[in-house]
Amino acid sequence: MIRHQQIYAWLLLLPALALLTAFTYVPTITTIWDSFTGTGMQAHTGFTLDNYRFLVEDDVFWQVLGNNLEYAAVTVPVSVALAMAMALWVNGKVRGQSALRLAYFTPTILPMISVANIWLFFYTPEIGLFNTLLGWFGLKGLNWLGDPDLSLYSLMLMAVWKEAGFFMIFYLAALQGISPDLYQAAELEGASRWNRFRRVTFPLLMPTTLFVLINAFLNAFKLVDHLFILTKGGPNNASNLLLYYIYENAFSFFDTAYAAALTVVLLVILVVLAVIQFGVIERRVHYR
Amino acid sequence: MLKSALSPLTRGFSSSVAWALGLFWIFPLIYALWAAFHPTAYATHFSLTAPLTLDNFVAAWHQAPFLRYMLNTVAIALLILAFQLVLCTLAGYALARLSFWGRELIFGLILMQLMVVPEILIVENYQTVASLHAVDTYIGVGLPYFASAFGIFLLRQTFKTIPQELEDAARVEGCSLLQIILRVYVPLARPTYLAFALVSISYHWNNFLWPLVVTNTESSRPLTVGMAIFGAPESGVDWSVISAGTLISVAPLLIAFLMFQRQFTQSFIRAGVK
Repeated sequence: MIRHQQIYAWLLLLPALALLTAFTYVPTITTIWDSFTGTGMQAHTGFTLDNYRFLVEDDVFWQVLGNNLEYAAVTVPVSVALAMAMALWVNGKVRGQSALRLAYFTPTILPMISVANIWLFFYTPEIGLFNTLLGWFGLKGLNWLGDPDLSLYSLMLMAVWKEAGFFMIFYLAALQGISPDLYQAAELEGASRWNRFRRVTFPLLMPTTLFVLINAFLNAFKLVDHLFILTKGGPNNASNLLLYYIYENAFSFFDTAYAAALTVVLLVILVVLAVIQFGVIERRVHYR
Repeated sequence: MLKSALSPLTRGFSSSVAWALGLFWIFPLIYALWAAFHPTAYATHFSLTAPLTLDNFVAAWHQAPFLRYMLNTVAIALLILAFQLVLCTLAGYALARLSFWGRELIFGLILMQLMVVPEILIVENYQTVASLHAVDTYIGVGLPYFASAFGIFLLRQTFKTIPQELEDAARVEGCSLLQIILRVYVPLARPTYLAFALVSISYHWNNFLWPLVVTNTESSRPLTVGMAIFGAPESGVDWSVISAGTLISVAPLLIAFLMFQRQFTQSFIRAGVK
């Protein structure tokens, strides 16, 4: 029986493991390999550090990496904080909470590409909606996507709008799991609303917050769909992000070896995230 | 005393902030509805007397093969889901109920895909799919997603909660391993399957980067890639028509969401809690 279990287990796992090997494990390894052995479009031209030497000297790479870190540093805390606030509102006694929940959640199920087309119109100079609204108040319109100092923030605004409702769902689930007894006890102690939040709700939401934070960071590095519509990374790479830069190098500049080196940087960032996740979260939440 | 006097005030303030945020969140969709159903002249000119029209939808429908794109999206999403359900069930059962050498290691390796998502490896995966001559086919778009770490994880967790006695009883009655999985585990995990199916379908309905890389023609291009071409400034479409096109592209999923709102949110919650 024991031996049978071994054979059955591997047979059942085989199809999934074969596909994961072909499309996750092997590509991860060949990406690293190519980054050390390729030049331009050609693979396996012998061991070389040229791709990394170029990377270190590539100003655009540093700009893009800085952009992505700033993008994460702003969108992650803002969307997570908004998500928590949304969940508290929807879970509380706000009038018409089911309509409100619907409003918050709707951006999540709309394709990024489709809604980016609408946001593109909001941001368009002269005839765009945001500038029309500013005009009503006698304010001068902004060049939301064309101004290098502004374009990255315009992308951030849309990203927060798209994601906060998704993270709200996780908080809602966690809030529904908190025992009402705890609030009654806090009320008996005479705790104010703020103290009830600070001493009961917030600590109990901590595992959810860590989980959502990791996912928000991951999204900040893997979701670049809106760049294709809104800015294409411009003007002059002011709003370019790492994965979009990888795409450009591989499929517009046809420099697959350099794209591989850039992908390795992205993989390193993800490994760091994974280590944080397994070090911090798994210690609290045990999957059994 | 002071607290009870302040409380309605702060509560009122808090709910007006909540509603202001809610309006901002739904606004792009409301605006798209406005622009799509009115002539272009009223795109930023809001007036109650603006005439209603369906011309924008007609124009959008003629400018892009939406029906074909939609068919492709549905086919790709269902193809991926079908493979995922089978592969994740088998792997999830093995990880939940069979003891074998290296189980923890394999489970850890599988979870790696939660971090190293297929989108990040587009360069290598494109070369793999190209070498299989699967570029610009449904299979090519689906391949990197057929094995889903998320699905395996979700089903493993669910299968672990099903009492072992049920499996033993089925075994006594002479059921084979596959029969046990199909007759005992699958029916009892139905809510998890529904949750995973909804999450997977909405993910692939919205997925863009990989389909962009791996499709070249109308024959396999999904809605998202079609919308990117449709909305490109070079194609010279006006805003009202783009809004109409956008609504066409989101309508099926949006209508499904509005109809099954409760199941949708419950499913996302269920998937998130695990």
